[in-house]
Amino acid sequence: MPSRILVVGATSAIAHAVARRYAAAHSSIVLVGRRSNALEANAADLRVLGAFEVRTATLEAHDMARHAEVMENAFAAFGGFDAALVAWGVLPDQAASELSAEIAAASFDTNARSVISLLTDLANRFENQGRGAIAVLSSPAGDRGRASNYVYGAAKAAVTVFASGLRNRLFAKGVRVLTIEPGFVDTPMTAMFTKGPLWARPDRVAEDIERALKKGFGVIYTPWFWSWIMRIIRFIPERIFVRMKL
Amino acid sequence: MRPVSSWGRLSRELHDVIELDARASAGPRIAGSRLPGLPFGNGRSYGDVCLNAGGTLWATRGLDRFIAFDAATGVIDCEAGVTLKAVIDLALPRGWFLAVTPGTQWVTVGGAVANDVHGKNHHRNGCFGDHVESLTLLRTDGSEIVCGPNVEPDWFRATVGGLGLTGLVTRVRFRLRPVAGPWIDGERHPFESLAQFFALSAAAIDRWEYTVSWIDCGTLRGGEPRGIFFAGNHAALHGPAPMPRSRRLRFTPPVPLVNRLSMRAFNALYYRAHSAMPKRSTQHYRPFFYPLDALLDWNRIYGSGGFYQFQCVVPEAGQEASVRALLQAIAASGLGSFLSVLKTFGSRPAAGLLSFPTAGTTLALDFPNLGHSTLALLLRLCAIVDDAGGRLYPAKDAFMPSELLLHGYPEWSRFLPFRDPGISSQMSRRLVGQ
Repeated sequence: MPSRILVVGATSAIAHAVARRYAAAHSSIVLVGRRSNALEANAADLRVLGAFEVRTATLEAHDMARHAEVMENAFAAFGGFDAALVAWGVLPDQAASELSAEIAAASFDTNARSVISLLTDLANRFENQGRGAIAVLSSPAGDRGRASNYVYGAAKAAVTVFASGLRNRLFAKGVRVLTIEPGFVDTPMTAMFTKGPLWARPDRVAEDIERALKKGFGVIYTPWFWSWIMRIIRFIPERIFVRMKL
Repeated sequence: MRPVSSWGRLSRELHDVIELDARASAGPRIAGSRLPGLPFGNGRSYGDVCLNAGGTLWATRGLDRFIAFDAATGVIDCEAGVTLKAVIDLALPRGWFLAVTPGTQWVTVGGAVANDVHGKNHHRNGCFGDHVESLTLLRTDGSEIVCGPNVEPDWFRATVGGLGLTGLVTRVRFRLRPVAGPWIDGERHPFESLAQFFALSAAAIDRWEYTVSWIDCGTLRGGEPRGIFFAGNHAALHGPAPMPRSRRLRFTPPVPLVNRLSMRAFNALYYRAHSAMPKRSTQHYRPFFYPLDALLDWNRIYGSGGFYQFQCVVPEAGQEASVRALLQAIAASGLGSFLSVLKTFGSRPAAGLLSFPTAGTTLALDFPNLGHSTLALLLRLCAIVDDAGGRLYPAKDAFMPSELLLHGYPEWSRFLPFRDPGISSQMSRRLVGQ
């Protein structure tokens, strides 16, 4: 039987790069995302690349009332999943978020509340299956709050801690929960940044995510050197950290 | 705004880069951007055809989705930012290969159309555009034109080889050719004069799909260049075949030493190594078609000044004399090139109004940018091409005089009405003022 994967936030560059790797391995794939024409374009791409079967479903992150219904249909499509990737998120305008609690809260809703809602639902379904792996895209930005992006970072911190707890809870049930922490990735979400040597292509990150979903464990920094960068950043004493511009 | 260079790395000007990521939103995004704009694929063209300093670039690498592939007919439909590498990776395991491939697999399909690229099998298969069934063109006025050889053929002829100036190509449907596997049966023959090169080419075109020659352009012996003539056909082998390392066309240039001495030494070694190799061999398609792709960022070996690539075609009548005049001018200048390529084109009329290949012989070489002396040589070469009734390849050009464009491309005036008024490139401004 082909492996089955659920991709939520499927129009993001990283998520699509992961879906492509599964398509090349002839998997059955369900894509969930916001824009239906973009989902259909991605689905066609995956079919050409060799996917066994691809289905799509539209869902707004904020529309939490529909999460369960969409997940119900997705799980019914292929009788469950071997893997799920939760990859939706937005990069809020930090400067605007500092001036408007509304903007800060709206991005927190997308990046944290909707992810928690979805993971809660997914966790129960995977628990019932008694197998499989759930990967959620968090961020090194959630490891320590920095002036340049703490609104985004705070939401990712919530996701990281939530995923850590789920991992703990589902370990005994045979379900692996993976926290993916990509460093700088060259995607449309980060199009406005000047790219340096630390930047990675989405397919490089996707390779690590696919490996993690198959046999990984715990928190995965990708590319790997972010693990060391973040160890150093977490280690810096607060009195020094507050004076730094990172 | 961010700095963007083309493959020749001659400049690094600021551009307003708009990363397109979906076909559905491309129309409004290009119509809503600061004009003039210019489509930008993977930045593999050498000169200024893909640059628009101070203006907008519509980056198409995010338009990289396949739309359909029919493994029975070999017709592929994809977005314009798909690279030829992605097409090969998809198609080859299913028994198909590009009908025409340039010397790198790192170009986008849109770029291959806009420059109507050619390959070592021009005498058989023509250019990339000859295999395009249809394409979708977005204009800055918001309109969309689907065209092909039989649908809106005037738009098709203008857009194939149209240097991105007729609109943004978002989608291309094109034919592949069947192959048994990834292997190429090849032959190599050393030659020591242009007469020998033309004799080898003439004898090979019926038997071999792919032909190309490397020449040592720095040293002429009795006024004649020496070189190696390569010919190849897709092999009938299916699975993996033995591929001794020594038979692979792979080399590493001496990194920091691109000067007269190192080039002379490299060329002599290259000639000797290939003369000593077996005449026949079977090799993988990658070293055969894309020897330079093995060295990522090989363009950096020319240092921070970048380099110029010169590629011309001279008409069949008088081709030997024209090529000799070019080689003598290069040898006399003392400025040489690692990779000098000589090939005869077939006589098939190209699909585009501005497509580069015509019946005759093409010569391609690169020169490190040493400033004035390099430009002086390039302009001398342009004059020889102009006298011979030849033309330069815009995909590689950064220096040709306007007259050479207008002499070499008499269809330019027929092309003009199809230009998108919201699109301009550094090349179009340099050559025709807008």
